[in-house]
Amino acid sequence: MPAVDVSGLVVRYPGDVTAVDGLSFTAEAGEVLALLGPNGAGKTTTVETLEGYKSPTSGTVRVLDLDPVADHARLTPRIGVMLQKGGVYPGIRPVEGLRLFAAFYDSPEDPAGLLDRLGLAGVARTPWRRLSGGEQQRLSLALALVGRPEVAFLDEPTAGVDVAGRQIIREVIGELRSRGTCVLLATHELDEAERVADRVVIVDHGRLLAEGTPAALMSASERTTIDFGAPPGLDVTGLSAAVGAVVVEVRPGRYSVATAPSPATVAALTAWLAEQDLALGDLRAGRQSLEDVFLRLTSDS
Amino acid sequence: MTARVLAQTRVELALTLRRGESVLLSLGIPVLLLVFFSVVDVLPTGTDEPIDFLAPGVLALAVMSTAMVGLGIATGFERQYGVLKRLGSTPLGRPALLTAKTLAILFVEVLQVAVLVAVSLALGWRPSGSVATVVPAMLLATVAFSGLGLLMAGRLRGEAVLAAANSLYLVLLLLGGMVIPVAELPGALRAVARALPAAALSDVLHATSTAGAVPGRAWAVLAAWALAAPLAAAATFRWE
Repeated sequence: MPAVDVSGLVVRYPGDVTAVDGLSFTAEAGEVLALLGPNGAGKTTTVETLEGYKSPTSGTVRVLDLDPVADHARLTPRIGVMLQKGGVYPGIRPVEGLRLFAAFYDSPEDPAGLLDRLGLAGVARTPWRRLSGGEQQRLSLALALVGRPEVAFLDEPTAGVDVAGRQIIREVIGELRSRGTCVLLATHELDEAERVADRVVIVDHGRLLAEGTPAALMSASERTTIDFGAPPGLDVTGLSAAVGAVVVEVRPGRYSVATAPSPATVAALTAWLAEQDLALGDLRAGRQSLEDVFLRLTSDS
Repeated sequence: MTARVLAQTRVELALTLRRGESVLLSLGIPVLLLVFFSVVDVLPTGTDEPIDFLAPGVLALAVMSTAMVGLGIATGFERQYGVLKRLGSTPLGRPALLTAKTLAILFVEVLQVAVLVAVSLALGWRPSGSVATVVPAMLLATVAFSGLGLLMAGRLRGEAVLAAANSLYLVLLLLGGMVIPVAELPGALRAVARALPAAALSDVLHATSTAGAVPGRAWAVLAAWALAAPLAAAATFRWE
């Protein structure tokens, strides 16, 4: 039994807006699954259906083999929720909020230890409204985790968080995985998905576009171009002849060579540039980045 | 359940008592009205001592400010900030949340009554009538005013609740027989005032000073609002 099971999920809002359109995926205990997609892809709607805030228009969702709406009271002790925005009393102090939430669960984490782990010990008594954006996000994460959930739903956990804060959040997610927690992460940040997720589900317009480990997604589609940056206005005709493939300047200073990357082609390209004494900006000839995969998939959909 | 309710009540109380404007509203203004108008005898109270009219009226005001204005504004902002939504996915549950909010309100009211009665006695108030009716009247009024507060909080944005609740507070303060006797109002306005929960509550509370009989109409009005307001709130309330 998967910890999270989404099957043929359709969610339609009044006015015939279809937010989720036939989505299916599963996530296991001890797995970090990233639901990746642009803004408006249906990520939050999917997560809120799993949290029991919304009912499916059709299809089914199961969390720990329970129905999030019908079995809500049996499910809440076993899940942790981090909303995309807000969810905390503006005047509450972090230590106060964590003690309150700890009282809701049977065997909670120690609030002081959790504050320390998330780097919030120094602001334990600062009202929420005076915390920085990153501190507010980390407090929301702490509140989601204080009940030792079996499934954690984190909606854009790193939004507005600085580099150090992101590092802490990644580590904490890693600890959840090793403890056997299922983490469902909704994010539009490719970098985060690539770094923390075991598996990525790419969605857009409420539909699944691709699914797999970040490595599998990146190697699945072979690159068919070599892309590089150089001074604008190169002699692309001469260069095309030198490398034996068509070169176009896609926008000033950005070039694309229409051939599968091979060491020989790359060598010819760099040799030609060296002859002309031209600076080479970045060169992308290896496997595709998750960003390439994502952009290709979401621009087609 | 009990531990959760107690933890939630403690936080609701702490947050309420920490907000300057809510302390001003629940204690500052009532005490100020009490002291000012009992020293400056300009109100047409119809009693020998202004305090005999003011003390029950200000107690009614205290209930209204805590149950309607304080609860309404706090809940409106909690809804706007997603606090109610977030609590919905914890094991707390809605009945426990409502219980906690109720307990917090009752606690604040007990505090208000203690302070206001002490100040009133110091200003020379000598309650003579039936005190036994005070508690049920205050409870009924708390239910009615809470319903009105939640009716606003369940639909309007925090800022809009702030404006609406404070306006209603001012209107009911003037029409509620709290500082100005309803009998002094012109005919049509008097009829409207008598149908509102504020005047009904002050009618009952004024009987503690005058030893007069409590009009049955006041109880009926209070009971009707205590039934209708929470029902309307429950029917229209949005948790998100």
